[in-house]
Parts: sequence; structure tokens; C-alpha cells
Amino acid sequence: MTNTAAFLSRIQHALELAHATLREIFDESAYIRFLQRRGLTSSRESYAQFLREGEATRGRRVRCC
Amino acid sequence: MSKPVRALVWVAVAAAGALSIATIAIRRGEQLSAMWLVVAAVCTYALGYRFYSKFIAAKVLALDAMRATPAERLENGRDFVRTNKWVVFGHHFAAIAGPGPLVGPVLAAQFGYLPGTLWILVGAVFGGCVQDFVILLFSVRRDGKSLTEMAKDEIGRVGGFVAYVAVISIIVVLLGVCALIVVNALKASPWGTFTIAMTIPIALLMGVYLRRLRPGKVLESSILGFVLVMLAIWGGQWVSQSPTWGSYFALSAPTLAILIIVYGFAASALPVWLLLAPRDYLSTFVKLGTIAVLALGIVALRPTLHMPALTRFIDGTGPVFAGNLFPFAFITIACGAVSGFHSLISSGTTPKLISRETETRMVGYGAMLAESMVAVMATIAACVLQPGTYFAINSPAGIVGQAPEAAVSVISNWGFPVTAGDMHGLAQAVGEQTLFNRTGGAPAFAVGMAHIFSHTIGGQALMAIWYHFAIMFEALFILTVLDAGTRVGRFMLQDALGHVWKPMGRTSWYPSILSTSALIVLAWGYFLWQGVKDPLGGINSLWPLFGIANQSLATVALCVATTIIVKMGRARYALVTLAPLSWLVAVTFTAAYHKVFDPNPRIGFLSHAQQLASGVTGPTTARLIFNDRLDAVVTGVMIAMVGVIVVESALGWVRVLNGRTEARVRETPFVATRFAAEEQA
Repeated sequence: MTNTAAFLSRIQHALELAHATLREIFDESAYIRFLQRRGLTSSRESYAQFLREGEATRGRRVRCC
Repeated sequence: MSKPVRALVWVAVAAAGALSIATIAIRRGEQLSAMWLVVAAVCTYALGYRFYSKFIAAKVLALDAMRATPAERLENGRDFVRTNKWVVFGHHFAAIAGPGPLVGPVLAAQFGYLPGTLWILVGAVFGGCVQDFVILLFSVRRDGKSLTEMAKDEIGRVGGFVAYVAVISIIVVLLGVCALIVVNALKASPWGTFTIAMTIPIALLMGVYLRRLRPGKVLESSILGFVLVMLAIWGGQWVSQSPTWGSYFALSAPTLAILIIVYGFAASALPVWLLLAPRDYLSTFVKLGTIAVLALGIVALRPTLHMPALTRFIDGTGPVFAGNLFPFAFITIACGAVSGFHSLISSGTTPKLISRETETRMVGYGAMLAESMVAVMATIAACVLQPGTYFAINSPAGIVGQAPEAAVSVISNWGFPVTAGDMHGLAQAVGEQTLFNRTGGAPAFAVGMAHIFSHTIGGQALMAIWYHFAIMFEALFILTVLDAGTRVGRFMLQDALGHVWKPMGRTSWYPSILSTSALIVLAWGYFLWQGVKDPLGGINSLWPLFGIANQSLATVALCVATTIIVKMGRARYALVTLAPLSWLVAVTFTAAYHKVFDPNPRIGFLSHAQQLASGVTGPTTARLIFNDRLDAVVTGVMIAMVGVIVVESALGWVRVLNGRTEARVRETPFVATRFAAEEQA
């Protein structure tokens, strides 16, 4: 692999990581895991179920001052 | 990189750090580039992370990459999920970074840039990062248990109960102070109030968008929400210029306080998906972006600090808050140096996401370093202002007078020249009617941030937009803390009341939701109301109370940590947590003593009450006297609770060290990771 290709690959990896971080922070990954666990596809109903399941967890999530 | 080269690099980093710290510590009477603070911080953090956290990881905690974490053993795809360390780092940072590291350093800038900067660097490396790191690791080794559960298991039942009460009390005080900062930033500011008011329908719209139109597309809805917020900021200027609309949104402090109390109650009682979650997403989105842009702005502009290294107010006569450098600088800056609140997050969501024990170092220690850097940026934002301007914004009318001419005369006589014309021009530039007496730290930070941004992008023409962007950014942060905190307090209260009467413990039972929400909101609402009615601006008495509460929680967390280290048979390394613990005990107990008993009425609650009582009394005076006495009692009770935990812990250490008690830690038994091969590779 040339230096440029290696550099571009690193950049791509960093961007993927940043995207994964944002998806985790914004609960998108949690929703995907929920769909996989329940064997569901994304829909209004599935998302409503996901929200109900996480109501207690998300409500208890502390945010620092 | 070969070993000698690596050694040389670290020697260079240490030399650069030492030179920068020496420069900011020694240089007097000439203006200093903010880059000295940035370099000092970056080098200190690099050295702290590379050497000190590595020492703690290896010698004190003996991190074991072969030990399965709860995310692996209890993986359920919901709470316990093995997650990439960088993702957990981002997640943890987003949870610990709030308005605290922005506001505290701005208030502490009344002492000059030096005390705050040194405390942020030293406090973070030896205190805050250590606390976050060890509590995270100990929670990981206990299946993600919370701080209060660990206190009960390791210190004893009394310790657990006191920790629980301390957490609720601290949440209440914290929310009251946070709400006061928003009120002080938005009073008589139609532009700011309009922008913040608009974030509520925007968050509701995001909630509906997520639930009905594009289920689960949170990033997408956050971008949409951000665009709408930017439009609201842009549109706010016309609202402020319109005589009709401007009058609707130019609200007094008491009116804003009532609206925020109503908002807090609604946010706690409404379903999470409708308001709280979208608002949290929006706030996080704005937060991460703005912090990154501010960092870039400081590096690009390399602004000059106008505030001196030390001001005359280190003698305790400061207008922003009264009290000597020790202990008040150290409780004013909590988040950014040491924040007990972080221990709730390190023993909350984060431990359930950690894939390997060894990653707790990067997540716990590293994320706190990043937050500390945010505090350094806030110090820079406050200190780029001319000192006269800084004091004109942050001094309450009770100290400098209501009229602009009187205020500038008092401030100029302190040796910080400023004119009414300067302040009028600045207020016009940022689209406000006045910037006098805007206590609380948020407006001063917003002016500093607008100064940095406008010199980087857009020039003076965008100063008002940047100012209101900064105000929106801080208020959004704070309101998110407010609604999340109210809800957490409500859950804790429901859990406790459920032991007394079972239905109250049902978190979905509406009578329980409404009554516990009302109790929590009334509790912090009382502190807010007290602050709004305080002629000294409220911050003078309430921010120290918040600082004492937050540092008391850190004391509890470090007691738990030291107890576990002693029980692990590593007492010879206990200084790692014992040293910051001792410092915090000295700071919080001294500050509490002064806040209650100091004979200076600007500092001591009781002497202030006595001064009021000896003057002309009326209904308002009677209420102020009652508030002072209540604050004294709250401070006393909090400190007494922490005292109980410290004594209980210390007795436990002595018993273990004397061999009178078996040193038994309550951690989950060792289970080897299934990913050992991956680990060894």
C-alpha cells in the first residue's frame, strides 16, 4: 500500500469512528440493536416500542452540570 | 519510534509545559497570548495521561485486559453493550461536559487568569481525572453499580444512605443555580428569550419527526433541529427590534423564573420521547460542534489576555462573589478540575459499555482531560475581555449600583477603567439593551466567545449573531441539565418513597409522577426564586453553595475509591485518591465554615441575616433573613453528611490496616474474557 493510500485509509477509518460515535451518542445504534434483537424492521411501531423500552433508562441518564 | 527518541520527545513536551507554566505564572504587567495557556494545558495533560494515569493503571488498579467486563458477561444489547473505546469516550465526554466548565472559570476570572488556570490543570490531572478513572473501573468490576450502591457495599449502610441523600440534595442545589444562570442571561433580552423559547417547539417538532416521519433517524433530526435553531437566532434580531414582539419577549427575572419552573415540571412529567430526548440530542449536537469550533477559533485567532494574572480581589472583596482565593477559587471551579457529579456518570451508563478494563484509562481519565481543556477555553474567553468590561457585566447592582454612570465609576476606581459609552457600544454590538449587572457568568462568556468568533469569521457584523449563538448554546446546555436532572431526581424520590408506600415507587403511575416531579421542581424552584430576589444577584450566595455541594460529592466518591484501594491491599498507593480527598475536605469544610459563620455579611449567611435583622425590617427583609438561615442550614447539613462518610471511611481504613476487619472487596469474581485471543494478538 502506498503512503497516500495508507493515509486515506486512516482518514476513512477516523471518519467511520466519528460517525459510529455520533450514532451511539444519538441512540441510533441502540435502535439498530433493538431491531436486531427483536427481529423487527424499522417502522413507527418499532420505534415506539424502542422508546417505551428505553423510557426508564433514558429518563435516568444523568447529564453533568 | 526508538526508546531514546521517545524519551527525547517527552523531555521536549515537559520542557514546553514548564516554560509555558512559568510564563503564565511569572509574567506581570504585560499582556499575554492565550496560546501560552493552551500549550501549558496540552503539555500538562499529555504528561499526566502518559505517566500518571499509566502509573495508576499499572500499580494501583492493576488493570487486567483478560478479565471480562460486564458489557461482555451481561451483554443484552440494551444497557450492557461492548462498544468501541473511542465511541465510549465520545459518549462519556458528551455526558460529563455541561455548562459547569464554562461558567465556573468565567466567575473565577475575577481573581485573574492565573489561579483558575493552575487549579484547572493541577485539579484535573491529580483529582478530577483520577476520580473519574477509578470510579469507572470500580463500577466496571461491580457490574456497573452506582456510586451510592458502592458506598453502601464498601463503606457501610450509613455511608450508602448519606451518599443517597447527598446526591438528591446536590441535584436540587445544582438545578436551582443552573436555572438562575439562565434567568440572569435572558432577563430583559428579547432576542435571547425568543431564541430559547423557540428551542421548545423545535424539540417537540424533532420528537414528532422522529416518532412519526423518520423513525430512529436521530442524527438527521438533530441536523434539522440545528438549522431551525440557527434560523431562530437569525430571526431573533427582528423580534428584538419590533416594539410589539420585543415587549412580549423582554421578560423580567421573576417572570422568567416562573416560566422555567413550569418548564421543568412539564419536562419531567411529559414522555421522554416528546421533549427530553430530542432536546438532549439537539443540545449534544450543538455542544460538540461549538466546543470544536471554539477550540479552532482560539488557535486561529491566538487572542491576547487583557485580564491581569492576579487581581486585587484575591483578598476576598470580589464583586462577582465574595471570599478569599482559598477556598473559594477551588469551589467556584468544580467541573473542569474536580466534579463530583462525574462520579454519577462514571458509575452510570459508561461502565456498561466498556469492552476491556484497560479502556477505562482512556475513557475515565482521558475524557476528563478533554473537559478540563474546555474549562481552559472558558478562562481564555473571559480573560480576552477588558477587565473593566468583565466586571461591568458580572458585578451585581447591589455592589456597583444600578445606573451605568455609577457602575463605571465604581469599577474604574477599582483600577479597571471602563466607560458607560464603551458598555453601551458593546451592548449595541451584541444586540442587547444593556450588559450591566448580567451576573452568572453566561453573558460574559458569550461576549468573550463572540469576540473570538467574530474576529475569526464575519467580523463585527456578526458579533450579535455570535453572542446570541453563545447564549443559546449555554441556555440549551443548562435547560437540558435542568430537565434531565429533574427527571433523575424524580426517579430517585420515587425509588425512596416506594419503600414507604409501594404505588409511589411505580415510575409510570401518574399520581406518583406528578407529585414527585412537583416536589423536586419546588425544591430547586425555591433556590431559583431566592436567587432572583437576592439584591446581590443570587450568584454570590448560590454558586458557592453549588460548589460546596459538587465538591462534597467528589469527597464521597474519593472516600469510596480510597476504601476500595485500601481493601484491595494497595494502601501504599492510597495517596493517589487520599491526596485529592484531603484537599477537597480542606476546601469544602473551610468554604462551608466561611459561608455559614464568616463575620463579613457578604460571605457568611448568618452574619448577613444578622445585618438585615439589625436594619429596618419588612416582609422582604424577613424573607431574605429566612433564606440566609435556610442556606446556612443546607450548607451545614451537607457538610455534616460528608463528615459522617469521611469519618466512617477513615475508621474502616484503620480497622483494615490494623487487621481487625477482613479486607474484603465486593467486586464480581474474575471471569476470563472470551476475547483473550484477540487481546493477546
